[in-house]
Amino acid sequence: MIPLFEILAEASFWAAALAIATPLVFGTLGALLCERAGILNLGIEGIFAAGALAGFLAVHLGADIGTAVMFALLTGAGIGFAHGLLTGPFGLSQPLTGIGITLLAAGLAAFAFTALFGPAPPKITALEPIYLPWISDLPFIGAALLQTPLTYVAIVLAFAVTYLFTRTPLGLAIRACGENPAAVTAQGRSVHALRIGAVMAGSALMALGGASLSLAAGSFSAGMVNGRGFICLALTTLTGWRTSLILVVALLVGAIDAYQLRAQKELALAPQIFLMIPFVVLIISLALTRTSRRPRALLFGSATDNDRDRD
Amino acid sequence: MNVIRLEPRLDISPALAAGAPIIAAGLALALAAIPLALTGIPVLRAYGLAAAGIFGSPAALGDTLARAIPLTLTGLATSLALRIRLYNFGAEGQLFAGALAAIAVGTGVIVAPPFLMIPLVVVAGAAAGAVLMLLAALIKLRRGGDDEVIVTLMLNVVMLFALQMTFTGPLDIATATVRSQPLIEQATLAWLGGVRLAVGFAFALAAIGLVYVVLRFTVWGFDIRAMAGDLVAARSAGIRVARMTLRIALISGALAGMAGAFEVVGTGYATQDIAGLGYAGIAVAVLAGRSPLAVFPAALFVAVLLAGAGPLKEVGASKSLADIAVALTILLALIAGLFTRYRLRWGRPVKTAR
Repeated sequence: MIPLFEILAEASFWAAALAIATPLVFGTLGALLCERAGILNLGIEGIFAAGALAGFLAVHLGADIGTAVMFALLTGAGIGFAHGLLTGPFGLSQPLTGIGITLLAAGLAAFAFTALFGPAPPKITALEPIYLPWISDLPFIGAALLQTPLTYVAIVLAFAVTYLFTRTPLGLAIRACGENPAAVTAQGRSVHALRIGAVMAGSALMALGGASLSLAAGSFSAGMVNGRGFICLALTTLTGWRTSLILVVALLVGAIDAYQLRAQKELALAPQIFLMIPFVVLIISLALTRTSRRPRALLFGSATDNDRDRD
Repeated sequence: MNVIRLEPRLDISPALAAGAPIIAAGLALALAAIPLALTGIPVLRAYGLAAAGIFGSPAALGDTLARAIPLTLTGLATSLALRIRLYNFGAEGQLFAGALAAIAVGTGVIVAPPFLMIPLVVVAGAAAGAVLMLLAALIKLRRGGDDEVIVTLMLNVVMLFALQMTFTGPLDIATATVRSQPLIEQATLAWLGGVRLAVGFAFALAAIGLVYVVLRFTVWGFDIRAMAGDLVAARSAGIRVARMTLRIALISGALAGMAGAFEVVGTGYATQDIAGLGYAGIAVAVLAGRSPLAVFPAALFVAVLLAGAGPLKEVGASKSLADIAVALTILLALIAGLFTRYRLRWGRPVKTAR
């Protein structure tokens, strides 16, 4: 086995872990926005793929990084609007609609990519890490924090969403939609409007997660998402829907994944054994923990509040 | 102010209930032409090719029908679990687990005559699928939410990796996929030739019949139908909700696992080709709605979708067109279900006391 403690002392290991954690932070923040509003968004896996393609296409067509990010955000918000509309006012089953959207978005992204580029797809210039004055010169931390701008955006967003939920009336209203929608209606606010808004914002973040994958890699492939969306959903329930823990757990999964990648190179075993490690760890953690902080309207609530869905 | 509102239909005519999913399926088939047309592929020629790939020759028709067998089982697995709002999105992973178990048992560890060997392999597959779904259901019950959704989806990824590890056998020239090690001769149905299709169908239809009878005529079926309505009411009526959830999880997982084992028994080896049959089972379940009997025609339709997407490679469309068609089927069938139960009305909002 590879010496664990030596690896943990390497700055390059933590740099890799942070890079892997970046899309997970975006995705988990997005999933949290949807779920705290009371909507399960299983479309995440497909939205990741759509966002990854949107970011890739924008840069391929000559756009700068900011435009590429905007394009990905808009793509995600559009898909989120469809999910919010179908599960909110139309009251369709959230899990089934989400699975449909995931398969549709992932299928369309893969189809479009092959249709556009054929068997020999181009590459784009991968996003470079940025040098920050002061911070990048620090020993160890400086090297670990040498990241693409998107990583910094993810960290700032994690604090921003925490602030939204804990300190603003809008955040309170969104949370109320996930806990007690009837109370929101009694306040004279529209539950559907708030939920659609939250799902659109959440899906936009998920798409940004996908874009951060393709922009950092400098390429797109249909299998690039590979279950990351589902990992984000597992992290929301594992942390008990706490925004404050997202950075920590995402970094933890990133570290497990980085360690797994390192072990793959060292040990002569089938790569699949290593690739399944993060998923197995998460399933075991889900089995060993429980949570009392589940938004009360999430699914179980929606089945009683919104009786349109009966399958 | 006038708004669009959904008004419940007081009585739903049987013609509407049966017609809506058929319209949804037809629309899904038609809408799949949009991505084709956008890429400049001649749509009519593409549909012609697809039709030839589905019905064109006895062999093609046989392949299409053969696909309906695992789809019936994964569709039944998903649909049965949905009845009690147990979200089994893991038919895909359970199918892989069933295939894995079939390879583990059937490649020579145990040697027995076919009449023992084949049931043994299928039972091993069913057990593997059941264990996976049981794990997901236990996590659901322990965490008190709908976390089986996430667990089953993550298990799909894990089981795909596990299945890929068995692909150490010969390369299949026709499909350019690597096979697993072959099963021993006693464990396959390959020697049955065309008859194995009939055996598979008999088996799938028997599974449907069994589920139908249990749901319709037994105490378990009554409990399941009660849980489909309202969990709180079911609980206060003395139904042991947790126990029934675990039972359904075991049966659902076993059905999907059997589908995987059956695929391996039918061909004599496993390949990546079985991927997607589990997710497509969700489309089968949504199309079939609440009726187990409707699972069979729904599976036939989805089999046609999957078989039709294959030959389109010739005109440059990728196989992701099958995923698109399956996804459209799920979404449109859900929307069709909405319009069967509600009608759209344009008028003033009605004030209701909720």
